[in-house]
Amino acid sequence: MPDRVIPLRPASLDRKGTDAPICRLTGVSLERGGRRLLDRIDMTIPQGRISVLLGPNGAGKSLTLRLIAGLETPSEGTVALAPGLGTDDVGLVLQRPVFLRRSVHANLAHALAIAGIARRERLGRIAELLVRADLAHAAAQPARALSGGEQQRLAIVRALALGPRLLLLDEPTSSLDPRATRAVETLIREIHAEGTTILLVTHDVAQARRLAERVIFLADGQVCESGPAKTFFEKPRSRAAAAYLEGRLPARPGNASDP
Amino acid sequence: MAASFYRDLAEIVALSLEVSLGAVALAALLAIPLGAVLALGRFWGRGALVLLVNAAMGLPPVVVGLGLYLLFSRAGPLGPLGLLYTPTAMIIAQTILVIPIIASFTRETIEGLAAEYGDMLAVLRAGFGQRLATLLAEARPALLTAILAGLGRALSEVGAVMIVGGNIAHYTRVMTTAITLETSKGNLALAMALGGILLALALGLNLAVGLFRERMRERAHA
Repeated sequence: MPDRVIPLRPASLDRKGTDAPICRLTGVSLERGGRRLLDRIDMTIPQGRISVLLGPNGAGKSLTLRLIAGLETPSEGTVALAPGLGTDDVGLVLQRPVFLRRSVHANLAHALAIAGIARRERLGRIAELLVRADLAHAAAQPARALSGGEQQRLAIVRALALGPRLLLLDEPTSSLDPRATRAVETLIREIHAEGTTILLVTHDVAQARRLAERVIFLADGQVCESGPAKTFFEKPRSRAAAAYLEGRLPARPGNASDP
Repeated sequence: MAASFYRDLAEIVALSLEVSLGAVALAALLAIPLGAVLALGRFWGRGALVLLVNAAMGLPPVVVGLGLYLLFSRAGPLGPLGLLYTPTAMIIAQTILVIPIIASFTRETIEGLAAEYGDMLAVLRAGFGQRLATLLAEARPALLTAILAGLGRALSEVGAVMIVGGNIAHYTRVMTTAITLETSKGNLALAMALGGILLALALGLNLAVGLFRERMRERAHA
């Protein structure tokens, strides 16, 4: 039997985090073509924190993000957002962001137009977003001609254009070199510092160590463990997580550390 | 003699352009929404309709002409409209021939773009209208290509306009029907002049389509 979700302890509140959940998944399963990709997931995303969804490839991390963003509907269970929030308050940055075949500037203008921002306000907002992404110099370039890191930063500020309260990031640095990774991580920290809750998917343990306040460990479509990052990295409670942190990808979460 | 030759030539070329441009404009107005609905709509019979529209690209012009002839002839159901042997009937015939081309192109393009941009638009929380507007805007180069291809088909088509237009001098005589007639009469000078113009138009259009697509491909991979 895999480790089931461990309820969040009422941890001490700090300046930024409140630990009140912004999103809660209860008994969520997802089946596709007879395969159970997510299996009765329980998960709580505390408000105002950087939570990291960690786990091996194929664990169901991206699918979980798509469920929270409302792009997928669970076969069973519920995805609930904090009272007063709707999917419009959830931003999602896809692992391989897609841009229109237009300039960086035009891509941001398009997102703002869809968000219903009045035309005369758009220019100012675009300028702000370009500065945040450190892309002011590239405004006129075709978005698809940007480097991988630049594209990720553009995708992140495009998601910000919609004013999300919860920002979901799907492996934003998986194909980036260390310098580009650092730039993206800096941007993520800044967004978090302004009060946006972050849920980041990664399979990069080092990145999770750098960014996570809380960790949810997912393997084979199940939540094996979740809790404060410090505890998780020092003393993982599940065998699957321990094996993963040691660099052994578990085949199945239950028997990951068979002798 | 020479003056009337050039006057006839100009008149025929002008009517050809008028009929074919009119037909293509009308076809685009109908076919682009049709293609978009076929691409994005999920309704019963969609698959069959897609096949039908694709198959209709191969409609033989003479058969379209014959069908319209039966409709428009004095004894036909639309006989009282008096459309037979008018430029209007020719426009209708060419519109029918061009609609499947533009609709198919549009459907294919929008379907591809919808797959490409589906997640992006969902994440941006775009409504149906915003999705459609985005996809159509991104499809513009391909749609222009489709329209030019349709124009090529309309301009070079002879069977349908011959039957419903009747090739009446100074009224329904266009380049293709004039070439047919003048050749059979042995008046090769006019036939060859018209043939040259038609050839230049058709090749020019296809050249423009090719160059345009090339440029778009470069832009997409920029």
